[in-house]
Amino acid sequence: MLMIGLGFGLALEGLRFGFAGPWRAMILRRDPSGILAQLLCIGLVSIVAIPLIDMRGGELIGAQASIGWAMVGGAFVFGMAMQVVLGCGSGTLVNAGSGNPIGLLALPFFAFGSFAGAYHLIEWTELGSLPMIRLTGWSGVAITLMALAGVAIIFLRQSAPENRKISRRYLLAAIIIATLAILNLVVAGQPWGVVYGLGLWVAKGATAAGADLSTSPFWAASATQERVTASLLTDYTSLTNIGIMTGAFLVASWRTDGLSQKLPQLPLRAWMAVIVCGFLLGYSSRLAFGCNVGAFFSGISTGSLHGWAWFIAAFAGSIYGVRLRPMLGLESGT
Amino acid sequence: MTRRTTASTGIALLLVMVVADFVHSRPNPYQQPAIVALGSGATSAGGFCGALPD
Repeated sequence: MLMIGLGFGLALEGLRFGFAGPWRAMILRRDPSGILAQLLCIGLVSIVAIPLIDMRGGELIGAQASIGWAMVGGAFVFGMAMQVVLGCGSGTLVNAGSGNPIGLLALPFFAFGSFAGAYHLIEWTELGSLPMIRLTGWSGVAITLMALAGVAIIFLRQSAPENRKISRRYLLAAIIIATLAILNLVVAGQPWGVVYGLGLWVAKGATAAGADLSTSPFWAASATQERVTASLLTDYTSLTNIGIMTGAFLVASWRTDGLSQKLPQLPLRAWMAVIVCGFLLGYSSRLAFGCNVGAFFSGISTGSLHGWAWFIAAFAGSIYGVRLRPMLGLESGT
Repeated sequence: MTRRTTASTGIALLLVMVVADFVHSRPNPYQQPAIVALGSGATSAGGFCGALPD
């Protein structure tokens, strides 16, 4: 799993493939190429993942969750916050590993937010939710692919004519990331995720420091407690997270100008915004049952309807986040 | 200051966390999951962002 995570890190940073940036490009420049690559990548995974989970249910599980008030609200806030720091779950890890100070500062607060969000998760889910809906079988694959194609057509219609293409770099990234995501499912028995691992790191630290987590229904649950006391090296999402950050570091070290770039000079309010949005990223993604990776990417590619709800809500939030970023001073210096 | 400082800091902190955890809770090789879940016959039991506690 560490090697798969390393592969994710190398591919994401090496091919500059991400989630937040392409959404921003679509919102600001009507450039859909990155989003089209994301949709292609999700489609490729779904062709393998949905039938495989159907055949080997139990051994393999999908990213299944219910659509609910907290889930949709969480996704909206996540979309907004990820545009402020310009990094989603995997993006923040990649940014931190490649020396981006915004990513590095956001990451610990992201982890604290993930821990706190999980702490309160059960209360939030009591606001109400639909039954869990998962698309299954080849009909599920067909519906997923048609829906992805439909979204791609909508973005293409909204895009500037000169931007209606996917670059070779994005195409290669989509194929590599899809292969790694399928490997993740086959090896771990669960889809690619990021956020759970970050919260677990804080829970382990808090427990080691003597904190009592028994008041949280989430962290006090027996299965969760087992993971808190077990080695970090046995947690799948922790292993891939460590791999992603290390992979990004290796690529940045290898690039000629990767680590020699000067750090940006940003106003205090920008750094404060990074701290707040870092926390919000973690907290909201727990309520939303995942970030771009766990909910959007893995949710849709394993047939969970909540992935689609996540996408719509997070994209709406991103539109506001793109507007907020310059207001918070995050585009004022280099 | 360049990105070399921040990237090195990030990786160093990651390493410190892994080592501290290794000292605090060592992996038990007798309780390790199958190397590949597919075909193992074992029920998937890892922590995931979408999962609620039982």
